[in-house]
Amino acid sequence: MYLNTIALSPERIQRFQEIASTSIGPLIEGAIKYTIPLAIIAFSIGLIIAIFTALARISSSKFLRAIARVYVSIIRGTPLLVQLFIIFYGLPTIGITIDPFPSAIIGFSLNVGAYASEIIRAAILSIPKGQWEAAYSIGMNYSQALRKIVLPQAARVSVPPLSNSFIGLVKDTSLAATILVAETFRRAQEIASMNYEFLFVYVMAALVYWVICFILSIIQGRIEIRLDRVVGKTGGLS
Amino acid sequence: MISIQGLKKSFGSQEVIKNVDLEIEQGKVVVIIGPSGSGKSTLLRCLNVLETPNGGVLSIDGQKLDFNSAVSKKSISAFRRLTGMVFQSYNLFPHLTTTGNVTEGLTTVKGLSRKEAVKKAELLLDKVGLAEHKDKYSFQLSGGQQQRVAIARALAMDPKVMLFDEPTSALDPELVGEVLRVMKDLAHEGMTMAVVTHEMRFAKEVADEVIFIDQGVIVERGAPAEIFNYPKHERTKKFLSLLQV
Ligand SMILES: Nc1ncnc2c1ncn2[C@@H]1O[C@H](COP(=O)(O)OP(=O)(O)O)[C@@H](O)[C@H]1O
Ligand SMILES: [Mg+2]
Repeated sequence: MYLNTIALSPERIQRFQEIASTSIGPLIEGAIKYTIPLAIIAFSIGLIIAIFTALARISSSKFLRAIARVYVSIIRGTPLLVQLFIIFYGLPTIGITIDPFPSAIIGFSLNVGAYASEIIRAAILSIPKGQWEAAYSIGMNYSQALRKIVLPQAARVSVPPLSNSFIGLVKDTSLAATILVAETFRRAQEIASMNYEFLFVYVMAALVYWVICFILSIIQGRIEIRLDRVVGKTGGLS
Repeated sequence: MISIQGLKKSFGSQEVIKNVDLEIEQGKVVVIIGPSGSGKSTLLRCLNVLETPNGGVLSIDGQKLDFNSAVSKKSISAFRRLTGMVFQSYNLFPHLTTTGNVTEGLTTVKGLSRKEAVKKAELLLDKVGLAEHKDKYSFQLSGGQQQRVAIARALAMDPKVMLFDEPTSALDPELVGEVLRVMKDLAHEGMTMAVVTHEMRFAKEVADEVIFIDQGVIVERGAPAEIFNYPKHERTKKFLSLLQV
């Protein structure tokens, strides 16, 4: 009896087809309206936070270094899910109420900021000291040397790890379902709670994420080939 | 033109430059020789304040920096603009083309328009014989070509003094000549130059004065013919005999 209900009878397969055609729309809508914008906006804000955090971490000011270290340590040392709950469910108890989507933006931006700052810091430190010295020797100050000479080279070094972070972020945005953002996975939960076809609906959601990440990895490959061509794979950055 | 008085530099407890005095007149070429680790690079790097001296007074073209008291960042960068530096390892900017390497300082530091900067870069690249390589990146150039770009990059800033730190030491022997030729032209045009090098022929032909430095002190100085043929100090004799083996 029990076995029977989960078997793949012709009627069940037909039901899958119906569910697929009615739910693919909402899933893709969730991706286009929430998952992708959330990832892009949070990544952009996160990168800005990350650059400043990386600069603070390599600065000569003990105070800035300490602030940056504490920030990175807190974000990396606590679960993203807990951070999202603190922002969305926790802050209202002290009178700060933020809508689901902005809450998610804040949480993911802070997260990207901390993780990407480590990537950018390593990239900046990987640029040989001679590049700074050459920049100073033609009269540049610290910020000119940084903006014109070091960061452009560090950016190229950090493209591969940062694009991995971005792909990771796209998947992590599914956690926003827990704070009521109507993104891809939340749509899947809603659909599945109505038709009880959990396996089928969640696999569909998984496919939506996979397609997005697959496209991103193709773009990533293209960018890396182009950077190699510009800088020269051999010794360009040494 | 250049005056160094009582220059001192230590790294931790190690005294690398010990109370060095040196004058270089306008338009003169001074070649600095000495054993590895004797402080030659540090001396040059103090002159453009890539290393901050622990004491002493530097002066170039009437601008003075007194390291016996506090020195502001602003006065350091103004002072540094009087000098151009060429490094042993070229240190070209790999993300910029040959032209970009030369124009970067002009646009960013001197505030020239892109057009003016490119025009100036073309003149300089022509001068160092690299006009046809203006759109290449450094990884597409030989070491000798890279070093000539580095010279053009430094010259673009109109320095009063050019500092060369072993500019040909990293080069294959057949590429040394093209870099020395550019330096020779520069000397003949009247550029004031301080050159750390072990190219004795260059020193004999171009230098007005040779300075032998060992363990952070100037041991001996004089005209090239004098130093090379009749060194007075034992340490100079020993160093020169090792070079000529
Ligand atoms: N940044 C530095 N930190 C510590 N020690 C240094 C540094 N730069 C140079 N030194 C030391 O100072 C001494 C002189 O170095 P340098 O001026 O490079 O000599 P040279 O150019 O004559 O070979 C060496 O013993 C070297 O190890
Ligand atoms: Mg040296």
